[in-house]
Amino acid sequence: MTRTVAAIVGPGNIGTDLLAKLNRSENINVVYMVGVVESEGLARARKLGMAASAGGVDWLLRQDPLPEIVFEATSARAHLANAPRYAEAGIRAIDLTPAHVGPMVCPPVNMPEHLDAPNVSMITCGGQATIPIVRAVSRVAPVPYAEIVASVASRSAGPGTRANIDEFTHTTAGAVESVGGAARGKAIIILNPVEPPMIMRDTIFCAIPADADTGAIAESVHAMVAEVQRYVPGYRLRADPQFDPPQPGWQGTARVAVFLEVRGNGDYLPEYAGNLDIMTAAAARVGELVASATGAVA
Amino acid sequence: MTAPAGNGALAGNGPGPARQVRITDTTLRDGSHAMSHQFTEDQVRATVHALDGAGVEVIEVTHGDGLGGSSFNYGFSLTDEIKLISAATEEARQAKIAVLLVPGIGTMADLQRARDAGASVARIATHCTEADVSIQHFGIARDLGMETVGFLMMAHRTSPAELARQARIMADAGAQCVYCVDSAGALLLADAQERIKAILAEVGGDAQVGFHGHQNLALGVANSVLAYQNGALQIDGSLCGLGAGAGNSPTEVLAATFDRLGVATGVDVQGALAAADEIVKPFLPRLPWTDRASIVQGYAGVYSSFLLHAEHAAQRYGVPVHDILQRVAQHGYVGGQEDMLIDVALQLVREREADSAPA
Repeated sequence: MTRTVAAIVGPGNIGTDLLAKLNRSENINVVYMVGVVESEGLARARKLGMAASAGGVDWLLRQDPLPEIVFEATSARAHLANAPRYAEAGIRAIDLTPAHVGPMVCPPVNMPEHLDAPNVSMITCGGQATIPIVRAVSRVAPVPYAEIVASVASRSAGPGTRANIDEFTHTTAGAVESVGGAARGKAIIILNPVEPPMIMRDTIFCAIPADADTGAIAESVHAMVAEVQRYVPGYRLRADPQFDPPQPGWQGTARVAVFLEVRGNGDYLPEYAGNLDIMTAAAARVGELVASATGAVA
Repeated sequence: MTAPAGNGALAGNGPGPARQVRITDTTLRDGSHAMSHQFTEDQVRATVHALDGAGVEVIEVTHGDGLGGSSFNYGFSLTDEIKLISAATEEARQAKIAVLLVPGIGTMADLQRARDAGASVARIATHCTEADVSIQHFGIARDLGMETVGFLMMAHRTSPAELARQARIMADAGAQCVYCVDSAGALLLADAQERIKAILAEVGGDAQVGFHGHQNLALGVANSVLAYQNGALQIDGSLCGLGAGAGNSPTEVLAATFDRLGVATGVDVQGALAAADEIVKPFLPRLPWTDRASIVQGYAGVYSSFLLHAEHAAQRYGVPVHDILQRVAQHGYVGGQEDMLIDVALQLVREREADSAPA
């Protein structure tokens, strides 16, 4: 089987972890690692036998063959500049930055709809962790409101996240609605500096009708967790979904609460950084789905 | 005026040179926790009217967890906080209305709405080691023309030196005052003193220093006096101590104590006493109290706002509330992680079931 040629732009922690995951892929072949300054990440990539350059996208677009897929692990600003160039060159972009140029995708939720999109956005770490659960509930019961709480280790929250934490809350809340299927979404993120660092935790609260079929919801959640585990083995329920009857202030709805732990695979990033791992794992998964769809057409 | 050495001028926010320390009343924000966020507009109006009349210069009105806190995780507000902020602004004749914003929960858009509703003081809160998430919010607050206060929560969880470094981040971002916030009511006298001194030494030339105390170990007022004596110029209180955990330093006790110490607060002691006794006490579902659970919070260093949520989880799952709080302390959970109280209760149930399972 011919593997799809890919590039990673952004040789930092995320790009390096993504590379480790993609190097296990059966249908993606990461040939290029691209930065804009010489860095440890480029050096690591060269050691692995890849073509790595600090020449940026200018360099990448001069290569032969050109990649069919590029994974962008730089910054929103960089991706906004690079995205049109990838598009012009006919390169599919899988965007891990907060630029959100293309449709937001979550592999087990809406990937089939966007297999042809020239550019897809990986939403946010909290979105990748929680939106599958919102969808698991909304596919069997109406969800007028869903709220997610993502707790991450301080060490795993990089400068970009810290400088614009509102971007996380806005984007994730919006995707809880547009991708997760809740009529209204809310997102909360907490940074916890405890040592040793805490493993990423996520809680999803969904408002559901008072007479919702709790058995069907629980079954749907368990099935979705199994789907996510295909690409994030450390994604697990802390407990069975918890159902509470309507309470004052809930506007007549009942509630299901789902408690998750997301342990990273420890490929390059530490295990506690499940928030970063689920981004790279989901991006790798999207890449494989795109590559196999393309392969099927060719 | 006789402000302690090392402090800048009172940022143009005082009516007269006589005031030596400014009391910010947070009955209508921290007290929101103890009210399960069920304040009515009438209660807010009456409380603001009484505080304003007593000479309190800053009155904080927000969901207990700050702007945007109304949620499954923290409890839904009975009345939209923006409506309460508007009502408070209408009611206040001299007092400024403050709002709390916790980045990660509330957003800059929420702050803009609060400003539009009349709030003029923005208090931006982060866990004591995470000040850099507040930088953009201070920028917006200053752009909106608001007075700014930085709130370093759970201050017992880091060293005085690190707290000072974090205060520097906030001051550089635009905070005009940085608070040492004893969210767990865990600071023991000298702990509070050292933190105030360290923050003052770092930012004193650029910003004031404040202190926010809780009563879990009954030291809120004593710590506040020590904070003032070490250079703090802003002190938080709540009428009847209404607040998370065993409550806050009571505003009326702060007013009376500072008065007896000869330290001018600008607050009329009789007015504060009347506000607590005649306005707030009648609507309280229960008086803040150092019960077993809240003492455990101070003793083990647990975020005070967890109390009612821990009680609910304890009741729902049939496990002791103090066991939940003790476990929360072991895990080092921080403000905002109210969801973990349910998680811990579920864990305790699992452990109990495992213990009682037949061999």
